[in-house]
Order: sequence, then C-alpha cells, then structure tokens
Amino acid sequence: MWSFSEIANSMHEWLSKTFNPTWTLIIEMVIAGVAVIGLFAVLGLVLVIMERKVSAWMQIRLGPNRVGPKGMLQSLADTIKLIVKEGMTPAGADKILFNLAPFIAMIVAMLLLAPIAFAKDFQLWDLNIGVLYVAAVSSIMVISILMAGWASNNKYSLLGAMRSGAQIVSYELSAGLSILAIVVLTGSLQVSDIVHSQADGWWIFKGHIPAIIAFITFIIAVTAETNRAPFDLAEAESELTAGFHTEYSGMKFALFFLAEYVNVFIVCAIGATLFLGGWMPLHIGNWTGFNHAMDWIPSSIWFFGKTFFLIFVIMWFRWTFPRLRIDQLLNLEWKYLLPISMINLLIVTAIAILKWHF
Amino acid sequence: MGARKYIKDIWGAVKSLATGMKRTMYYFFHHKEIITQEYPDNRDTLILPERFKGEVVMPHDEKNEHRCTGCQACELACPNGTIKVITKFDMIDGKKKKAIDKLVYHLELCTMCNLCIEACPSDAIKMAQTFEHSVFDRNKLIKVLNNPGSKIMEGVE
Repeated sequence: MWSFSEIANSMHEWLSKTFNPTWTLIIEMVIAGVAVIGLFAVLGLVLVIMERKVSAWMQIRLGPNRVGPKGMLQSLADTIKLIVKEGMTPAGADKILFNLAPFIAMIVAMLLLAPIAFAKDFQLWDLNIGVLYVAAVSSIMVISILMAGWASNNKYSLLGAMRSGAQIVSYELSAGLSILAIVVLTGSLQVSDIVHSQADGWWIFKGHIPAIIAFITFIIAVTAETNRAPFDLAEAESELTAGFHTEYSGMKFALFFLAEYVNVFIVCAIGATLFLGGWMPLHIGNWTGFNHAMDWIPSSIWFFGKTFFLIFVIMWFRWTFPRLRIDQLLNLEWKYLLPISMINLLIVTAIAILKWHF
Repeated sequence: MGARKYIKDIWGAVKSLATGMKRTMYYFFHHKEIITQEYPDNRDTLILPERFKGEVVMPHDEKNEHRCTGCQACELACPNGTIKVITKFDMIDGKKKKAIDKLVYHLELCTMCNLCIEACPSDAIKMAQTFEHSVFDRNKLIKVLNNPGSKIMEGVE
C-alpha cells in the first residue's frame, strides 16, 4: 500500500543517488515549498466552497449552484476574478507596509505548516519544540493585521486592527493553557511524541473531563485567534465594512482571505493532533482486533478527516452565533476562559502526576 | 458575583448555545426546509409566502361591484401619497350619496407598507401577490383600481 512517507523516502533516495547532498537538500526544499503552495491553493478553493455550502444549508438557503456541477467550481471562478482585478494602493497609504502586510499573513501561515504531521512519518520538520513553535509563530499573525490596519490610513481599518490586537493577545493565553494541558499529559513538546503517546487512545478520551474542558477552551480560543465569527470583530462587516482589509482589493485581498482559511486549517490540524490523535487511527486500549481494523484506513485520511471535522465545527459556530461586543469578548476571556483553563491545568497536572489517565 | 451565579451563567450559556447549534444542525441535514425560490427557473410553480405583498388591488364581484365607500381613509393613511380618491355624488331616490369616481393608485410611489389595507373600514382593497411590475413607460404604473362602470356593493356603508 502506498503512503506519503514511502513516496517521500523513494524521492529522497532517488535524489541522493542522482545529485550530491547539497543539491539534494536544495531540490527537496523547493519541492516542499511547491507542495505547501499547492496545498494552500487547494485548501483555499475547498474551504471557501465548503464554507459557502455549509453556511447556505444552515441558513435554509441553497448556496452557490450555478458554476460547475452543483456549484462546486464557484470558488475557482471567484479566484480567477480576484486575480484579474486591479490591486490598488490608496493614495494616503504607507505603501511599503500596505503591500507587505498580506505577504506577512501568508508567510506566518506557511511557517505554521512546518511542524504538522500530515500522515504517518510524513512531516516537514519534526522539531523538538513543535507545539511551542506553533504557539510562538501564530502570534506574528497579529503583526500583519496591525500593519494592514495602520498602513491603510482608514478609520475602519485601524479600528479593526486595534480590536484584533486586543483579541489575539488575550485569547492566546487560554489557547496556550489548553495546549499546555496536553503537553503536561504527554511530557513532550515534540509533535511526533504527542501523536505516538495517543497510540492506545486519544487524549480527549484518556484525559477524562479535564481534557474535554481543555478541548472546548482550545476550540473557543482558536476561533477567536483566527478572527472568525462569533469573534470576527476585526472584520465586523456590519460595523467596520471589512475591518483591517477594507482598503485591499484584487490579489492582496485574496491573500488575506486565503490566510484566514489556511489559519483555520492549521489551528484545526493542531487541535486534531493534540486532542484527537493526529494521524493516529482510533485505538481503544487492548482491543487488538478493533485496532487492526482501524489501521487499515490510511493515516492521511484519519488526519484530514479529523481536521475537516474540526473545521466543520468552527463553521458551525460561525453560522449559528451572533457576534460578541468587544467588552463581552474580553469578559469571556478574562473572567471565564482564563480562570477555567488555569484551574483545569491544575487538575490535569494532578492527573498526570498521580497517573490517573489511561 | 457569587460562585453560584458564575457557574449558573456558564451553564446557561452552554445550554443556550447548544440549543442554537442543534437548530442549525437540523437545518443542515434537512434540505427540504430550504425556502429559496429559484425564481426565473420555477416561474410556473413559484410558491410565495402568505404575507408577500406585491401591489394594492380592489376586488370586484361578478356583478362588477366593489366595497369602496370613498371614505378616503386609505388616502389619509398612506405615508407617501400613493393613493388619491376622487369622489362624486350619485343621486339615489332624490338624495345625494357619496361614491368613488376613481381610486388612483401610484404603484411607483408605493412601498407596500400595508397601512392603507389596515385603515380601510370596509375591506375594499387588499394586497395582491403579483410582482413583475416592470414597464417601459412610467405612466403605466399609475393605476385606477375600480373597474369602469363599477358600483358599490349593496349594504356596504
């Protein structure tokens, strides 16, 4: 049976036989870069049409149904439209920052992809502080939003950017604390270690109720961190037209749009890795027969299945809940999520020390 | 804020959010609930909601009689001067009786607010569900609602 890791290994062997080590490394980096860009393009197309269909069905509408079979080529048509459009820079804008901001958003999304394990033994960079790296790099995202808001020279953009700053800085705390809960249980920051520690059951099942609470706080916090409804105060189309990307058009707008969806994918992939076992199939303790049956499903399908399930949950939130006010948003974080996740972390630590988890 | 209220707040929030999520999930899987009408395609089988309002009409019965007494309540109720009631006096048994000559309705000014229908004491006018009103000459939008030669119905005061 073929798998991503076998393809990668055979490619590496062929390249090492044909070229010297330096060229092998360079060619592999180029291939990885092209693969990441390709994944981004596919994710953008798939997630946009998925969001539009999910939103339509949840609001008793039909959704896009004209372009292609059942409207499935709608996002492709939209992309072509955005490529053709003119990318304007407003006269009063800070030109360098304005044009740099969308690329920073994309670069952050690309950097975040490095430690994610897509399938068994298939990972760009299995560094020993993987989870810390993700938590650290994802905070650079706010820089691009602040940059876009400030450089646009527009009151809506600036307000959106300021709200986004307040929001991301506060929600990073509870996202970090809920990630810490799993790190405490695993005892490692390395992504591959975390996945392997779930070989006999996912942490959401093994960690009792504290793991479930950590999972819920994680989902709420990352919804806020990716600026999606009900926490989309940075865009808030009914109050701030489009928030930080009001002045953007054409491909520069498309990059922000793509970065939002890629970020949703990444946070869901991290959630799936930490709580739902990443590429690890559903294993229950010592049921060898059941575990073997589950191993037949390829690991990449497990990973993408879990990730898309979480993406669906986040879309479900978006099309059900109304937007919060800025004071409600900060109340939720500082008065509810943060104390709860701190106490939760304490309980998880006790469970880990006393070895109460399965 | 007491600890009891704190926990109660969290519980209430979780419960109400779950109710909303249950409803949207129901809609997500029940596509027969979709209310979108694919209008130009299903023009013949179009299902309009009961309260859809298209234009003001005056129903006439088979004897070409309407229920309008010419009281001008609709004209007074209209916020933007859409309706103009032109009255005349009929001679019945040697007595003068007020009746309508023309009830002029400016469709181009109408916002379908339904206030004239609510104001009418004798239910003479109602909202029709026709909506394809585009014309090339705006004079065609000025309509006379009572049919030519129509009379008031017996017993309507």
